[in-house]
Amino acid sequence: MSRLITVRILQAVPVILIVSVLAFLLITLLPGDPAVVIAGDQASPAAIAAVRHNLGLDKPLIEQLGIWFVHLLQGNFGSSLMLNQSVLSAMGERLPVTLSLAALSILVTLPVGIFAGVIAAYYRQTWVDSLVMTLALIGVSAPAFWIAILSILFFGVYLRWLPTSGYTPFFPNPVLWLRSLVLPALMLSLFQIGFLARMTRSAMLEALGQDFVRTARAKGLSEWKAVGKHAFRNALILIVTAIGILLSTAIGGSVVLEQVFALPGVGRLVVQGILARDYPLVQGVMLIYGFAFVVINLAVDLLYTVLDPRVRYD
Amino acid sequence: MTDLAVGAVAGTLAPRRRFVLLRRLAAHRSFQIGLVLVLLLALAAIFAPFLTSVDPSAMKVRFRFRPPSAAFPFGTDNFGRDIFTRVLYGARVSLWIGLVVAISTGVIGAAIGVVAAQFPRLDPYLMRCMDALMSFPAILLALGVTAALGPRMESVIIALAVAYVPAGARIVRASALVVRELDYIAAARIAGASNFRIMIRHILPNSVSPLLVHVTFVFAYAILAEAALSFLGVGVPPPTASWGNIIAEGRDYATEAWWVMLFPGLGITLSALGLNLLGDGLRDVLDPRLNWRG
Repeated sequence: MSRLITVRILQAVPVILIVSVLAFLLITLLPGDPAVVIAGDQASPAAIAAVRHNLGLDKPLIEQLGIWFVHLLQGNFGSSLMLNQSVLSAMGERLPVTLSLAALSILVTLPVGIFAGVIAAYYRQTWVDSLVMTLALIGVSAPAFWIAILSILFFGVYLRWLPTSGYTPFFPNPVLWLRSLVLPALMLSLFQIGFLARMTRSAMLEALGQDFVRTARAKGLSEWKAVGKHAFRNALILIVTAIGILLSTAIGGSVVLEQVFALPGVGRLVVQGILARDYPLVQGVMLIYGFAFVVINLAVDLLYTVLDPRVRYD
Repeated sequence: MTDLAVGAVAGTLAPRRRFVLLRRLAAHRSFQIGLVLVLLLALAAIFAPFLTSVDPSAMKVRFRFRPPSAAFPFGTDNFGRDIFTRVLYGARVSLWIGLVVAISTGVIGAAIGVVAAQFPRLDPYLMRCMDALMSFPAILLALGVTAALGPRMESVIIALAVAYVPAGARIVRASALVVRELDYIAAARIAGASNFRIMIRHILPNSVSPLLVHVTFVFAYAILAEAALSFLGVGVPPPTASWGNIIAEGRDYATEAWWVMLFPGLGITLSALGLNLLGDGLRDVLDPRLNWRG
């Protein structure tokens, strides 16, 4: 076990290095002269030269990569051109919004998605299964931003129950904070619930078909114990692996939904950065998210090995 | 695409098994519904010029913001453009991007996966690169790549392929690692088959089923992701109609003219739905073990 854990942690080191190089390449691979692209077509030669010098683009590529790594080791993830601010502080200001959105959405997704999947598997091939799976299928097929606009029209404009857009921080007013995030979080959950329900159903079907569940029933355990304790706990192992994917799609989905609901989060920052050609900002945010998910995926992997004693490969 | 691909898988199997697989697919209800949906949408996209006589970019300001009617089945937008026509032509762009992304993901993923399984010395390098790419949320990675390459259809295709190849490579590698240990590979090697021949003739065909299932789902994801990128303004640029950018344009006046953004969204939903159903059917029939993959 400890050997397996060591191997997994050691594997994450090269992944972090490659993530850094990929983020570095994002600017250096810009077609044409990156300095011209960043400064804009109308910029004077002097302005272009200044951008080139500021970003260190006038140095050889290998030297640039070296400087990039030195900066990363110093905790310097670059600076935004449009905000005159370091990427870390720009992201730090907006991260609470994105994290509240992702956390609320996962809080809704986990119980609903798992319950739906278990119910569908238990009542397989009945109308309950068909209904739940049709809804789950629509959840993974409908574009979230489109449903989100429709929901704004219905709940915000027509019924006037919820604000149509904008964000209120938690501290002055938790109620308004929740109201500003209810709709975005629910919209973010639609895909996630569908995904988790489909996955849970398959995992449960597999577990329910196992001999040990038949044995549990045969030795007279109650249906609740046979399904809840024996089958579900085995399905749970596969559900845990879904959490990494859910977090990743939640962050990806927040990019689009923050735009729809005008929430001042990291996703909106990235989109603004791209439209303003603020490549160092985009690079920095991708790098930080990349690092975060290397760690999250590692944690999920380790959790998986702890939960399933049968995993013994290395 | 699906028919062809099923043929490709079945082609590697004995005739009787091929027949059984096709019959099981034909009897699978999700597969039937999915196939009909996808075929209808594909036909509508291919024959768009015959289904409408209007130019998708023709502006008739006189007819702006007309609600759906006999003359304009899906209504018109702020420039008086016919939304029915734009959704049909948008289907061409959106489905084409999805198809190209699905096929290139399949081909590149298969190549990387088989090479990784066949050459243990390359394996760690290739797979750590795939892990690194998979560390970025897919939309964010695609956003970064399209930003670097500029808002063009080709950039969207490259960006989405980069985002979805790693999962394909992992799937092919996993099944190739199993196949590699089977007796008939050893037999082929003893018979003098080269590494290349073993990869192409023996390992690849037997790793195709799970990849085909994955590629069908990638087709659906790619359509959703293209719409999201175009909606954010970094995908297919106007005036070319894609489902994503019609919604983006229609969003600004969604309260007055809901029909502009409603119909392209239905197009996206129905095509993703059809492809997901096809994928479910293929998975149940070709690869029952993969059932948990959601």
